[in-house]
Amino acid sequence: MSTPAPRPRIRLDKKDAKKGDLVEVKALVSHIMESGQRKDKDGNLIPRKIINKFTCEVNGKVVFACDLEPAVSANPYMQFKFRAEESGKVVLTWIDDDGSKIVGEDQITVS
Amino acid sequence: GGWTRAFAQQRVSEADLLAFQPVGNVTLVHVTDIHAQLMPVWFREPTVNLGVGEAKGVPPHVTGKALLESYKIPAGSPLAYALADVDFEALAKTYGRVGGLDRVATIVQAIRAERGDRVVLLDGGDTWQNSWTSLATKGQDMVDCMALLKPDAMTAHWEFTLGEARVKEIVDSLGFPFLCQNVRESEFQDEVFKGSTVVERGGVKIGIVGQALPYTPIANPRWMIPNWSFGIREKELQAEVDKLRAGGAQLVVLLSHNGFDVDRKLAGRVSGLDVILTGHTHDALPEPLKIGKTLLVASGSHGKFVSRLDLDVRDGTVRDFRYRLIPVLADVIKPDAAMAATIARHRAPHAKMLAEEVGRTETTLYRRGNFNGTLDDVICEALIAERDAEIALSPGFRWGPSLLPGQAITREDVYNATAMTYPAAYRMAMTGARLKEILEDVADNIFNPDPYLQQGGDMVRVGGLAYTIDVGKPIGSRIGDLTLTRTGQPLAADKDYTVAGWASVNEGTEGPAIWDVVFAHLGRKKTVAPTGASTVKIVGA
Amino acid sequence: AVAVLAFGSARPAFAKNDSDDLIKAFTGGKTPTKGKVRLDLPDIAENGNTVPLAFSVESPMTDASHVTDVLIVADGNPRAGVATFHFSPRSGVAEAATRIRLAETQNVIAVAKMNDGSLFMDTRQVKVTIGGCGG
Ligand SMILES: [Mn+2]
Ligand SMILES: [Mn+2]
Repeated sequence: MSTPAPRPRIRLDKKDAKKGDLVEVKALVSHIMESGQRKDKDGNLIPRKIINKFTCEVNGKVVFACDLEPAVSANPYMQFKFRAEESGKVVLTWIDDDGSKIVGEDQITVS
Repeated sequence: GGWTRAFAQQRVSEADLLAFQPVGNVTLVHVTDIHAQLMPVWFREPTVNLGVGEAKGVPPHVTGKALLESYKIPAGSPLAYALADVDFEALAKTYGRVGGLDRVATIVQAIRAERGDRVVLLDGGDTWQNSWTSLATKGQDMVDCMALLKPDAMTAHWEFTLGEARVKEIVDSLGFPFLCQNVRESEFQDEVFKGSTVVERGGVKIGIVGQALPYTPIANPRWMIPNWSFGIREKELQAEVDKLRAGGAQLVVLLSHNGFDVDRKLAGRVSGLDVILTGHTHDALPEPLKIGKTLLVASGSHGKFVSRLDLDVRDGTVRDFRYRLIPVLADVIKPDAAMAATIARHRAPHAKMLAEEVGRTETTLYRRGNFNGTLDDVICEALIAERDAEIALSPGFRWGPSLLPGQAITREDVYNATAMTYPAAYRMAMTGARLKEILEDVADNIFNPDPYLQQGGDMVRVGGLAYTIDVGKPIGSRIGDLTLTRTGQPLAADKDYTVAGWASVNEGTEGPAIWDVVFAHLGRKKTVAPTGASTVKIVGA
Repeated sequence: AVAVLAFGSARPAFAKNDSDDLIKAFTGGKTPTKGKVRLDLPDIAENGNTVPLAFSVESPMTDASHVTDVLIVADGNPRAGVATFHFSPRSGVAEAATRIRLAETQNVIAVAKMNDGSLFMDTRQVKVTIGGCGG
């Protein structure tokens, strides 16, 4: 049952920013977002399995987060901004109902 | 045919149709919604084209005699024949068929000869599909023929029913831009096609933005274009216009496949558009409609018209304009030889089959109008008879030429009303409640008072079913008195009825192609004579 | 016709789900003020399985004055919950976009909570249609 964790796709609208600039992040991850409301062909409810939490940390500080419900589409898409304060790692984390995590990283240079 | 040529040429000459007092430094030439009609056709305009909300009773929602009167078009004139259904059969005998891409070519060349480097030719889309040869060649016949016209740009709608891969393949070979600012790759909303282009004509920098049908993935099968998303995208359009202006464009043109009422609303909300060349709803207007500073031009369909708009552009402003909606009378305009040869080459492998007679009609067969036309009645009758159904549903397409009384129905005539990439004639059970829901849903796509919620097209055509529609009501309460005509009994909400239809947007729909259903029916009936008697009662219009 | 039929409305007048309860839990029972939040959704969903949603909230996003949370609910889905977004001054702006599922024509509601406890909202109706027609 172990499938490799999907690799998220992340786009920052700038890699080099001036302090105080807004940086736009667009992120996608492959995930079925099984709502828990669908039935299989034998009429049994397919158990819920969704990404229920998403966070974006820059240099370890949370700049944006979201709690997701089954009404978020499959392959959840997140677009948001953060204010550039310092150079460092941009870490995006998707948390599955089963506790597993999908992590994606990028880098920002702030001058 | 030859029998009308002498009459038509007595009444009007090519020079009359092309006569124009030129003005200014730019000439826009617009064709749209040709629907792959390479050859001249008969085309009867609608009797009923209801407007709602702010569009109620105003152009293009004025038809027939009222239309001719409001524009002071003399009865019996070539333009009256082309624009209205009044005396259609008699005037058809006088003026003959309309359209034919070889005639369109002659007109375009004549304008270019007169206006030289001032001319911009723009194709509004719905060009590559809805004839047999366009279906058989996946649009290649149209692409090759249109290439001879050398358009400066095009936009699209039915083109997308060829699927993503084929559209991309053609666009890569096109040689001119395929403009769709409102089509984006679904995942990150990247542009799929160019949104705009800039050309210089008569010393004027002209920005042209293309707008595909915003509701393509709803009106047509989404599974054929799974990675593209559409929408009106007003904000992005405004940004595109602003970018063109900032880049020095002195004239900005929207080549639009939004539909007339959508463009009327959009013209009042997006600034900086000098001209909108509108398409999709197949309206033809003898004059541009001015919304604020924007000129709205509607050029009809099926190659029936070529629009010429002369503009005097100075210091980034349109100082003067002159317009003519040129009716393409096939017996009056002489065909262009090179175009005629290319058309003939593409038709040759199919010509014999297309000319085969499959039946005859004693009455005029036409489709245009908000509700069933006689051509739709024939299709619905065929669905009920050949698919053994109680009720038929046939899509409210605005494409499909007309046939005259006493005329043979050829295979080509049937293909011209049905040729498309998802033709399966399904047969399935639907409850009365589901049928009402479908009618309500489609009615709201046409009669919602907010044009941005309209998709163009007409009401789904029905066979075996009568109903009342109050177009002024909101969704859920327009449709009533649903009755099965065979029994005269009201439909029961929870009872199943056998329904046959075609052009389902759902993937995997099964059944014979609709044209085979119609061929089989005509083969049995030999002659049809639909009267146009309607089972739909319209109120609140 | 003799008998008037008891057809259900094609769009049952917004069969209420738990949207009111979710909003109440989020606001602590206070009534949000209309304004400051702008929801952006298409008038018609191209595909009910993936409807683009974006919102922005007017706020300086300073330590003194910023948006903390934005709740999104849909009042015609089997369950109203869609997502809750969390912001801080480090977000710079209170803006986000995602894609959501809408089972039928319904209202989508956004409620924004500020750090001073004040609440603002916006509503947009999205039409989900059967489709198929064409000019
Ligand atoms: Mn169209
Ligand atoms: Mn069309």
